[in-house]
Amino acid sequence: MDWLTEPFRYAFMQHALLAAVLVGITCAVLGVHVVQRRMAFVGDALAHTTLPGLVVAHLFGWSLSLGGLGAALVTALFIGWASKRQAVKEDTAIGVVFTGMFALGVLLMSRTRSYRDLTHMLFGNVLGVTNSDLWFIAGVAVVVLVTLALFHKELELTGFDPTHAEVIGLRGDLMRFLLLGLLALAVVTGIQTVGVILTSALLITPAATAALLTDRMPRRMLLGAVLATASSVAGLTLSYLADTSSGAAIVLSCTAAFVVAFAARSTWQRLRRGAVDPEKTDEPNAVAQAEEASRCN
Amino acid sequence: MSDPWLPYSRGRHADPVACAPALLTESLCVTYPGANGPALRGVSVRVPCGTTTALVGPNGSGKSTLLKAVAGLLPVGSGFIRVHGNPVGACHHRVAYLPQRGEIDWGFPISVERMVLTGRYVHLGWLRWPGRADRDIARAALDRLGLTELAGQQIGKLSGGQQQRALLARALAQEADLLLLDEPFNAVDARTQETIYEAMRSLRSRGKTLVVATHDLSRSEGCFDATVLLQGGERVPSPEAAPCCVIAEKVGAWTG
Repeated sequence: MDWLTEPFRYAFMQHALLAAVLVGITCAVLGVHVVQRRMAFVGDALAHTTLPGLVVAHLFGWSLSLGGLGAALVTALFIGWASKRQAVKEDTAIGVVFTGMFALGVLLMSRTRSYRDLTHMLFGNVLGVTNSDLWFIAGVAVVVLVTLALFHKELELTGFDPTHAEVIGLRGDLMRFLLLGLLALAVVTGIQTVGVILTSALLITPAATAALLTDRMPRRMLLGAVLATASSVAGLTLSYLADTSSGAAIVLSCTAAFVVAFAARSTWQRLRRGAVDPEKTDEPNAVAQAEEASRCN
Repeated sequence: MSDPWLPYSRGRHADPVACAPALLTESLCVTYPGANGPALRGVSVRVPCGTTTALVGPNGSGKSTLLKAVAGLLPVGSGFIRVHGNPVGACHHRVAYLPQRGEIDWGFPISVERMVLTGRYVHLGWLRWPGRADRDIARAALDRLGLTELAGQQIGKLSGGQQQRALLARALAQEADLLLLDEPFNAVDARTQETIYEAMRSLRSRGKTLVVATHDLSRSEGCFDATVLLQGGERVPSPEAAPCCVIAEKVGAWTG
C-alpha cells in the first residue's frame, strides 16, 4: 500500500489534495442546482470568460483569483440580464460573449509570449497552489456551501415551480442571480485545479453521476461531494504515479465514475424489469393501482 | 399563525378590509407582455366571502388570465383588482393559486411531501425552516386528498390525477382565504374529480372563498354558488340565478 500513501508525503501534494477536494466538493454541491436547472452551458461559459481577467491580472501582477473573479462576476451579471431580455436568445447571447471573451484572453496572452503561464490557466496547476490560494479556495467553499444551505428552500422552489414562488412574492430572477454569483466564485477556484477548459466538468460530472443514482436533492449533494472527493484523490494519485497532467486525471476520474454509475443503473433497471416481484410497489403504475384498490374498499 | 421575520415581498401582510368582498375586479383589462391585443377587456367580477364561483368559458376566453392577474402573475392594464379590499400583493398568504399541471417541472428531485410543504413558505419567509406545525399541516393536507402513502415519492412518479391532488394539497397547506383553481378537473380520473369536489365543499363549509376555472360542469351539482361566463375576454351577462344545468348546457355547446 506504500505506493498509495507515498505521493501524499510531499507538502505540495498535500496542498494539491486539499485544494482539489475543497474545490471538488464546492463545485459538486453547486452543480446539483446547475444540472437540475440545465445551466451546464452557463457554467462552461463562466469558466471560459475568466481568461481575459486572469491574463490582465497576470500582466499587471495582481492576484489571478481576483482577476478571474472580476471577469466571472461581470459575465454572471450579463447572463442574468440576458435571460430577462428576449431580443436575442439567452444561449445565443452567452455563446457570442463567451467565445469573444475567451479569444480576447488568448490574444492578450499571445502578446506576453508566456505559453507556460497560458497552459497553467487553460489546464490548471493544482500542484502549484500557494497558501494564499488555499485560503481563497477555503473561503469560497464556506461562502458557497453556507449560502446554498441558507437559501435551499427558495432555490428548490424557484427551481421546480417559479409560478408559485412568484405568487408568494419570491422573485425567481433574484435566486438565479444568486446562483450565478455563486457559480462565478466556484468557477474561479475550479480554474486553480483543472483550468479554464475543464472547470465545467467539476460542476457537471459529479452532480450528473449523483442524479443517476438518487432522486432527492440533499442526497444528490452528499453523493456528489463524496464522488468529487474520491475523484480528486484518485486523479492526483494517478497523475503522480503515471506522471501526467493532474487536472485532466481528476476530470477523467469523475468521468469514469459517471460511466460506472450509468452502466450500473442500466443493468439494475434491466434486472428489475426482468424480475417478477409482487412486493415491489415503487413503480408509478403499481403505486397508482395499489392506491386505487385501497380507495375502493 | 405567525408572521414571517423576513417576508419575501416588501408588502406587509395586510389585514382584510371589513365588509369587503373576497374578490372584486372593476373594468379589468389585462394584456400579456408582448401580445397584440388584451386577453381581458373590461371584466367586472364580485365574489362575496365564503362563496364558490365557477369561471366558465371556451378555451382562450380569459379564465386563466383572470386567475393569473388576481394571483399577481400578470400586470393589470387598466381597471383594478381588490382582494379582501387590498390591492394584489398586499396579502400574499391569503391567496392560493393552483396552476395548471404543465407549469411545473415534475422531473425535479423533490418528494410529494416537500412539495406540499412549499405551501407553508409564504408564512416562513427568508431564513426560517418549516417547523413541526408546518409539517403537521402538510401531512393533514396530504391525508385529506388521499396521498399519505405517496408522500415519499418523487413528484414525477405520480399519475396525472395524483399530481393534481398534490397541487391542491399544497394550496390547502397554505391555509389561504381565497383559492384560485385553474382547471383542476382537466384530464383527471373520476376518483380525483370526486376528491377535489369533496375538498371544495369542505373548504366552503369552513368559510373559504373559491374561484374555479373549468369547462366541465357535468358533476358539479350543488358545488357552485355562482357562475361567471367569459367569452373572448369579456364577461357574458347571465342572470345570477340561472340554474347550473342551463349553463352547463351552454358550456357543453362551446366545448363540444
